[in-house]
Amino acid sequence: MSNSSSLWSDALSRLLKNKAAVAGALILVILITLALLAPWIAPYPYAYQDLDLGASAPSSAHLLGTDVLGRDLFSRILYGARISLLVGFIATTVALIIGVSWGIIAGYFGGKIDSVMMRIVDVLYGLPFIIFIILLMVIFGRNLWLLFLAIGAIEWLTMARIVRAQVLTLKNQEFVLAAQAMGVSNFSMFRRHLLPNILGPIAVYATLTIPQVMLLESFLSFLGLGIQPPMSSWGTLIKDGVESMEEYSWLLIYPGLTFTITLFALNFFGDGLRDALDPKTSD
Amino acid sequence: MLSIFFKRLLLAIPVLIVVASITFFLVRLAPGGPFDAEKAVSEQVMKNLNEVYNLNAPLSEQYFDYMSGVLVGDFGPSFRFPGRSVTELIMTGLPVTFELAIYSMLIALFIGVLSGVTAALKRNTFLDYIPMSIAMIGICVPTFLLGPLLVLIFGINLELLPVSGWDQLPGDKILPSITLGFAYAAYIARLSRGGMLEILNQDFIRTARAKGLSETRVVTKHAMQGGLIPVVSFLGPAVAGLLAGSFVVETIFQIPGLGRFYVEAAFNRDYTMILGTTIFFSFMIVVFNLLSDILALWLNPRSRDV
Repeated sequence: MSNSSSLWSDALSRLLKNKAAVAGALILVILITLALLAPWIAPYPYAYQDLDLGASAPSSAHLLGTDVLGRDLFSRILYGARISLLVGFIATTVALIIGVSWGIIAGYFGGKIDSVMMRIVDVLYGLPFIIFIILLMVIFGRNLWLLFLAIGAIEWLTMARIVRAQVLTLKNQEFVLAAQAMGVSNFSMFRRHLLPNILGPIAVYATLTIPQVMLLESFLSFLGLGIQPPMSSWGTLIKDGVESMEEYSWLLIYPGLTFTITLFALNFFGDGLRDALDPKTSD
Repeated sequence: MLSIFFKRLLLAIPVLIVVASITFFLVRLAPGGPFDAEKAVSEQVMKNLNEVYNLNAPLSEQYFDYMSGVLVGDFGPSFRFPGRSVTELIMTGLPVTFELAIYSMLIALFIGVLSGVTAALKRNTFLDYIPMSIAMIGICVPTFLLGPLLVLIFGINLELLPVSGWDQLPGDKILPSITLGFAYAAYIARLSRGGMLEILNQDFIRTARAKGLSETRVVTKHAMQGGLIPVVSFLGPAVAGLLAGSFVVETIFQIPGLGRFYVEAAFNRDYTMILGTTIFFSFMIVVFNLLSDILALWLNPRSRDV
């Protein structure tokens, strides 16, 4: 078995050979940079209205045109990127924290604890979570942080299964037995010995969870149950675009294109990462 | 086989009870009464309203009343549509959503299995690359974007198909069914390709070929039965996805189905309607998951004699 640094550098060289994954990574870097810099590079504030102008086709003053209220579409897409990506990262982090702790505890302790914990996961898998999120949004109001938490709280199930399966294969290996013999506490066993060895699958699955989460957020926003105006995510921009697509098709096409390209980039990067870290699974 | 079925069924019952109870209490947690938004009504009217909707009784009594109603399929009256029961509303919307789901699933299965199996048989040729690239698009383009784009192209620009409605104009069912089915076609194509690739490498396929069976017979009779198990297992969870998809598709195409009723109920804070449909959806999803698990078990010869 090779040591961890060469595992990661092998993976990196495999990843760099995968053109689709590299292109995906580049698009993501550019997108995240643009989103972070939005307040400085966006030509107009996101709520700035030019009511006299109204909806106008793309021009030199407004790169991607303006919406019915005369708001610059390019600026709104940039600010929308902040919300959409933020949801992606925060909800995925929530899912990671719950899923990884759940999986490690179930896998490491095994026995009754394991079977009860994984039975709970099985049961939760079968439930219509999207409906529960809608229910929560209706009952507790359309709060941005609640949305992050709720989405994160439903996406951890697969992560828990993956982590548990990994821990099951690790826990009988010598280094774990050695650490146990030395009387390492459970917490540092998880943190120092198990976690570093399952970072690969975690990274892969996290990358593939981000697009799922972003889809879920934009789905809710599209129905009007997610992000509320004047804030905008890509989901709300697509919703607005649909409402006026007959006359002003660019209002649908540009936000839709941005969103689709981002999802492509995330999926290609995630697939590439998976193939790079675990060459066996690629077909 | 039968014992697995009963075990699953026994597990499903407490799950449904827990789901129904959590939903019931969550809805009761909601700030404000159901009639707060309306224009000010006199105290007496309010009292009568609460009386009619059984809101004056202690919570535990309301809970048991509601749950015993649910057992016999009675989800109580709707808050927003006076005089109509939630069960009635569900029964109005259900056939429409059901029809939409059936068409979408048929489209998805036909396109998905056909292109997935072809891709697996013609691995690494353009018959593999092209359908699989299209499948990737299907997974990345969300329903709420695909629907409006199809409307824009086929409805508004080419004026080939109606842009909205259900059962009103000829051909108005085509766009919604394709919109809802496309993403599933993509998933099914990937699953059936993967499943078929795995099976085609196995010894019994080589044996079947060696004894001189025609390729068609090897594929349809021997390989597809095992190769499509992943697709069958996917069908149960897909029902949950179809329901969520129907929220979007029915909103875009203005289809009077259960999905649109649910979204409208969420907007109008029609609590009893939300409560009833949530329980109903959960019930359907649990049942369909059960069915697809059983079907997948039955198709898999390894688990048949267990």
